[in-house]
Amino acid sequence: MAKPEALELSTHRARRVIPGFGLTLGYTMVYLSLLVLIPLSAVFIRSLGLGWGHFWEVVTAPRVMASLRLSFGASLIAALINVIFGLIVAWVLVRYTFPFRRLVDAIVDLPFALPTAVAGIALTALYAPNGWLGFWLAKAGITVAFTPLGIVVALTFIGLPFVVRTLQPVLEDLDKEVEQAAATLGASPAQAFARVILPALWPALLTGFALAFARAVGEYGSVIFIAGNMPMKSEIAPLLIVTKLEQYDYAGATAIAVVMLVLSFGLMLGINALQHWTLSRHGRR
Amino acid sequence: MAAAEARASMDGFGAGRLLLITVALLFLGLFLVLPLLAVFVQALAKGAGAYVAAIQDPMAWSAVKLTLGVAAIAVPVNLVFGVAAAWAIAKFEFRGKSTLITLIDLPFAVSPVIAGLMFILLFGSHGWFGDYLREYHIRVVFAVPGIVLATVFVTFPFIARELIPVMQAQGKDDEETALSLGASGWQTFWRVTLPNIRWGLMYGVLLCNARAMGEFGAVSVVSGHIRGLTNTMPLHVEILYNEYNYAAAFAVASLLALLALLTLAGKGFLEWRQPELRHAAHQARDRTRRENP
Repeated sequence: MAKPEALELSTHRARRVIPGFGLTLGYTMVYLSLLVLIPLSAVFIRSLGLGWGHFWEVVTAPRVMASLRLSFGASLIAALINVIFGLIVAWVLVRYTFPFRRLVDAIVDLPFALPTAVAGIALTALYAPNGWLGFWLAKAGITVAFTPLGIVVALTFIGLPFVVRTLQPVLEDLDKEVEQAAATLGASPAQAFARVILPALWPALLTGFALAFARAVGEYGSVIFIAGNMPMKSEIAPLLIVTKLEQYDYAGATAIAVVMLVLSFGLMLGINALQHWTLSRHGRR
Repeated sequence: MAAAEARASMDGFGAGRLLLITVALLFLGLFLVLPLLAVFVQALAKGAGAYVAAIQDPMAWSAVKLTLGVAAIAVPVNLVFGVAAAWAIAKFEFRGKSTLITLIDLPFAVSPVIAGLMFILLFGSHGWFGDYLREYHIRVVFAVPGIVLATVFVTFPFIARELIPVMQAQGKDDEETALSLGASGWQTFWRVTLPNIRWGLMYGVLLCNARAMGEFGAVSVVSGHIRGLTNTMPLHVEILYNEYNYAAAFAVASLLALLALLTLAGKGFLEWRQPELRHAAHQARDRTRRENP
């Protein structure tokens, strides 16, 4: 009976043996504070200097409201498109074998690797009225480039890998036997999908959606080339921040930035909480 | 028999399977492959001569040099941070660990434009340190230091979030053995930890580098777009494009697209060497959450 005690003692001592806790945690905290926390708080502190009245006036100006609505609205649509097609892509990559599957899998990460400005000018070239796709879309009466639709296209491009890469590991872990059991018990593939697969994927779908959405809301490089950037119509909030900075309107830029930061952080916290709730409801996977 | 039939229907031999594969490939082709192709086709639209001329342009060269230089600072700086953060988080238990991981991920939730704005508010002429910097004739904003700062910020989490799950999976047995055999802390790190995490480390460096060289929004806000001085490659692409010099813009863009393809190839290689890397980043949070609910 003395054995467990001795074991516990040895692991306890071993834990203290590894050095560098103070150094690495200290360095992490200092670096994090200097580069992330202090600069971010500078935005909030600067906005306090505006006073509530002025802040409210800046943020509720029609042009600012329009840009925020556009940024969040287009990001929402793009993230929903990504959830639908990202699920199909992830499903196909995990469940089926077909020629060049590995290559197709690798290409999914292209939006992570391709600089956003390059994506922006490439998409614009494709969807411009004389572009490969724009030409045919124009014949069908659809204008993509230089309209809000173009913004959705660009945001769909940059958000796709978030959904696919979040879903893939969950799909790989998903027990095929459960679906097979459902099918043996007479469930149609659609029923098995809705009743068995979808509930298991729900947290991952939400995470992928949130990541794609958060990335899209702040996106700048891939959007500004294709957007047209007309105030009130196709001007995204990050661009309005840049415009205000170029006019030396630091107060205005800071106020919009604060609204975007608060909305983004709030959204991430909300989705985290929701995910926690679904995880606990469906039991630990 | 019934089970085999069920499996066949679930794996979708036949119409459903074919339809899904077609939809997936069409979507990826339309949204990912076509834009990539367009870059190279547009770059060569005016012939190989114009392509070479655009790349050999002195302004293009100075943009290439600045981009390489900025990445050469930002990546090592974030590498040291990533290793330190992963060491503290993976090898020790302490309160607030999951909060720390969330804070490390914070730059991912910040728009690149806001990242640039932060540094203007701190170091710009009307910023907190503006007077001080002017007095000592130090330029941060609209100069190279600002570009480096903005790049370091947007690439901040990349290496740390790859290394944390890798080091958590390694545990601390190897280190404890080395230490009990009399190795010093640094010896243990260089000879035991570093070889163990080398693939994860390269993975993080690869992703961090791709973003550092390609960053546009944050760098655009702090750069001031001074040609030959504060223009990185993505900014140079923008300037050429806005001057309607499309062939030259796409020529420089094609270099960045090649970098992206190299990154994807390197990523594929590392994932082949170390299959756990594939989903490491996404598991980081979940694992921590499970440990500290």
